[in-house]
Amino acid sequence: MALVSGAVLFVITAFVLREAWPALSEVGASRFLRDRAWHPTEGSFGLSPMLVGSLASSLGALLIAVPVGIAIALACHFQASERTALRCQRLLGICGGIPSVVYGYWGLTTLVPLVAENHPPGTSLLVSSLVLALMIMPTVALTSRAALARVPSAHVHGGHALGLSRDAVALRIALPGARSGVLSGIVLALARALGETMAVLMVSGNIVQVPGSVFDPVRTLAANIALEMAYAMGGHRAALYASGVVLIIIVCGLMLVAQCLTRGHHE
Amino acid sequence: MNEGTPSHGRDHSPVLRALTVVAGLALLPYAWMLGQLVIGGVQQLSWSFLTEAPRHSGRAGGILPIIVSTLAILGVTLAAVVPVGLATGVVLCELSRRHAALGRAIGSSLDVLAGVPSIVFGLFGNAFFCVTLGLGFSLYAGGLTLACMALPLFVRTVDTGLRQVPEDWRRGAVALGMSRTAVFTRLLLPAAAPAVGLGVVLSTGRALAETAALVFTSGYVDRMPDSLHDSGRALSVHIYDLTMNVAGAERNACATALVLITLIGFINGLTHWLGNRLLARGIKA
Repeated sequence: MALVSGAVLFVITAFVLREAWPALSEVGASRFLRDRAWHPTEGSFGLSPMLVGSLASSLGALLIAVPVGIAIALACHFQASERTALRCQRLLGICGGIPSVVYGYWGLTTLVPLVAENHPPGTSLLVSSLVLALMIMPTVALTSRAALARVPSAHVHGGHALGLSRDAVALRIALPGARSGVLSGIVLALARALGETMAVLMVSGNIVQVPGSVFDPVRTLAANIALEMAYAMGGHRAALYASGVVLIIIVCGLMLVAQCLTRGHHE
Repeated sequence: MNEGTPSHGRDHSPVLRALTVVAGLALLPYAWMLGQLVIGGVQQLSWSFLTEAPRHSGRAGGILPIIVSTLAILGVTLAAVVPVGLATGVVLCELSRRHAALGRAIGSSLDVLAGVPSIVFGLFGNAFFCVTLGLGFSLYAGGLTLACMALPLFVRTVDTGLRQVPEDWRRGAVALGMSRTAVFTRLLLPAAAPAVGLGVVLSTGRALAETAALVFTSGYVDRMPDSLHDSGRALSVHIYDLTMNVAGAERNACATALVLITLIGFINGLTHWLGNRLLARGIKA
């Protein structure tokens, strides 16, 4: 049974690949990147605008969530009282467990109208980055906090003994010491953001285009699958499975990077 | 844990202070969101909302069939994930003591599995459970797809729980001449019980929060399911559908979101309680 569990990953990859095979063999993998537009029923299979959409919204989310998440971790670890830190941690745990549709619902009913006042239509790259940032910030903060806690206390005490200020101890000793743990948390958060479907689908406008500004609507790879699976047939369906393969490759790569980072830390 | 807090009463740390302010501000959007959901949802929430079927595509009426479908999907998920996950957890823990390389390979494949996006599980579930196994859009297909998703989390929890069983206990059992089966049923299983409980609760939380994997496996149908072979709509899918596809159902979407968050909050509390019990047991041992 353990082998069954170990094999689930491969079965999933194999099945998605099998369903994607007609598209990969007939259309060819390179055309998924080279074609300019996505009109799968008319033989045009360009995934690049959606790849750009996925990357842009996820990197935007990281841009917000990483500094703030690390700030939360440092504040919890060095500044707050033990009780406050514990409460903060529990709160983050709860926020991280809120379903993505709920974030999407809130983004659509609250953030989108706010943005639409100045930059219609409101459903945009900006809002999807904001919603994603809210979703991944708990991950960044919690993994960073755990990494800070693993820094040997002798290093921290040594810093204090040398008369360094608490700022210097936190930023120059603890944070560099926790680097690999913090980085692996960021990579995990990026993987989550790239794979997120429902929340992004609800707030990003879903127009297949390379965005010109942060107020332009975008469509991500994951959202594209969810939007078109309902009516896709034949080659179109296979093309969607092919974009699933692309997602698997990206995310597996990121997970392996994260594993290497944590393993490097333990050794 | 909070190194540096005491003793330095007069030490100025402007950067840390600024970071604390940032951290405090960063929690505001969550409070804003939860506040709006509670205010918007409570107005709409009533006994009849929980006990009636939806009418006019969910603009009116309640969510009873949706709650029933959600629980049915959850039941299928747990029925699949607990035996397979428990076995894997036990074997993984034993393997990593004897064949470290194989144990690590299975462990790391599960870690990668934990990161696979939910929409990919949806694609897989649709191709494998719905089409290849011929289950169609059904509660079975949805529940089994979620079981694949929850598997890594459950296995890791059981594995961690088993690692806390002290080596002496095993040696003692072997010294007493207990058979391996007896060691498993009388020693490991009871010792792992809180971890299994924690795994069940964590998997439930994960399964309740999932939407993308369910849309193409258990489907959209919002009437009361007759059997597990019927299609049924989960709470999260209901929120999605009401928000995106049904005009004028926002308040019911909000109330459904409140129900779902309350459920998840309850499960979070349970996780904490079980986690603390597990920790206490680890210390006692």
